[in-house]
Amino acid sequence: MALPYQEPADMTIFRADFPVLAHKMNDRPLAYLDSGASAQKPLIVINAIRDAYESHYANIHRGLYHFSQAMTYEFERARKKVADFLGVDDEREIVFTRNATEGINLVAQSWARTALKPGDEVILTGMEHHANIVPWQLLRDQIGIVLKMIPVREDGTLDLAVYKGLLSERTRLVAAVHVSNALGTVNDVAALAKTAKTFNPAIRILIDGSQAVVHRAVDIPAIGCDFYVMTGHKLYGPTGIGALWGRYDLLAAMPPYQGGGDMIERVTFEETTYKDPPARFEAGTPAIAEAIGLGAAIDYVRMVGIEVIAIHEKQIYDYTMAQLATVGGLRFYGTAPDKAGIISLTADWAHISDIGMILDQCGVAVRTGHHCCMPLMQRFEIDGTLRASLGLYTNKDDIDAFVGALKKAKEMLG
Amino acid sequence: MALKKLDELIEDFSLFEDWEERYAYLIECGRQLPPMVESLKTEGAIVKGCTSRVWLVAERRPKGRFHFIADSDAQIVRGLIYLLLCAYQDKTPAEIAGYDIESAFERLGLYQHLSPNRRNGFFAMMEKIRTLASTSPDRP
Repeated sequence: MALPYQEPADMTIFRADFPVLAHKMNDRPLAYLDSGASAQKPLIVINAIRDAYESHYANIHRGLYHFSQAMTYEFERARKKVADFLGVDDEREIVFTRNATEGINLVAQSWARTALKPGDEVILTGMEHHANIVPWQLLRDQIGIVLKMIPVREDGTLDLAVYKGLLSERTRLVAAVHVSNALGTVNDVAALAKTAKTFNPAIRILIDGSQAVVHRAVDIPAIGCDFYVMTGHKLYGPTGIGALWGRYDLLAAMPPYQGGGDMIERVTFEETTYKDPPARFEAGTPAIAEAIGLGAAIDYVRMVGIEVIAIHEKQIYDYTMAQLATVGGLRFYGTAPDKAGIISLTADWAHISDIGMILDQCGVAVRTGHHCCMPLMQRFEIDGTLRASLGLYTNKDDIDAFVGALKKAKEMLG
Repeated sequence: MALKKLDELIEDFSLFEDWEERYAYLIECGRQLPPMVESLKTEGAIVKGCTSRVWLVAERRPKGRFHFIADSDAQIVRGLIYLLLCAYQDKTPAEIAGYDIESAFERLGLYQHLSPNRRNGFFAMMEKIRTLASTSPDRP
């Protein structure tokens, strides 16, 4: 039986796990509100990387000696942790990548490049990160596929009525973001998948979960998708490591993405045979310590509790919106009821670039710009927004510093 | 536009106690910069930035002097442009190439704005002016 949620006594106990948060920026206490770009790292992650290098480092999948086997064990255990975290039973379906971007490029160049024919259609959404637009444009230029887009409504949600009309006999893939990095909108990706699969079960679904896995529990089987990508550095883990989940039968039928060591069965100069997934897609020495660090990050998030994080961030989000209402002259982008950890705004009294510079002086770290979502910005007819993104360590002091700095900026610029 | 000498501005800035006074003055400098007429804000005049737009038009005046018309949609960037023009306006290519802008901005306490990582277009504008000056055919 699920126990009723009780607010943790003090989220500050977790804040102390992040050494960087004790540092100052521009001589002011750091209010780090850019976790959506990259999250800070808890000591357990930093120590896991340090420990990997310090106590038994060696290359993996190669040596018969103890250190190599120990590292291989830890690396593969990290794969299992990623699988468990995403609700996946079979860890062979988890391919380590550099990040979500590489996961999408892998699907585009391995699966789609061989499975799609000229004139086949890929449906994207109008709120995609460039990482889920440009790989498909590259593929379009290579093999002549057609890209379609689900429009974004004024409140930052997808226009699902238009989506249904976009599905056609030629639709082969729907590639959509789970949680928008620029708006915070949580898309009902299970419904997107169901609509497509009802129309034609052969349509494949790819979900970009970079922002989603950070803010809420993700259960891939419940989504009903075929591919899911995530990145480690937004999940309190290291940079340079991410994961692609793919259904095993799809992965097994896909050609390699890159060639090199560790992905081959047998090589002669005439012919090479490849290993089964996931090794087939992991050419060369991978980011070993980073994968172990990602495993530690997942341990950490599970220790805190992803549900606890979600509730905490919702409370901080509500507090932020209430405080921001006292600033005046702000316009918010993404006003859907179901949002995760992201506040995106412009001001009618100053340019966001000016505000960002004043916030920097106040020790407040936010992102200003197009958030790698230029088509979405064009949709709202703006150059960019100022985005505050929340993490498990975000507290009311951060928000008070943010709102205070906005008021200061308004006073100076308005 | 009557531009002050950058040295005078450095003196003004040295009196400020904190960033707020520096930035308030910078914003005020931005207000002194005359707005660019809309017809000059063409695609060709845009200097690549990320978070704000910067436009720059360079004209050649007698004796090869450069006259710049520049603008931004962000006020602080306009202030930075004003400071830059205090150093570069109506100067010869040799004068522009010879001016130590890094040290001037360091003394202004605004050195961080010269970093290429500040993606507000200001750095790119400064680079463009310096390239114009250094590739000018009449540079001695």
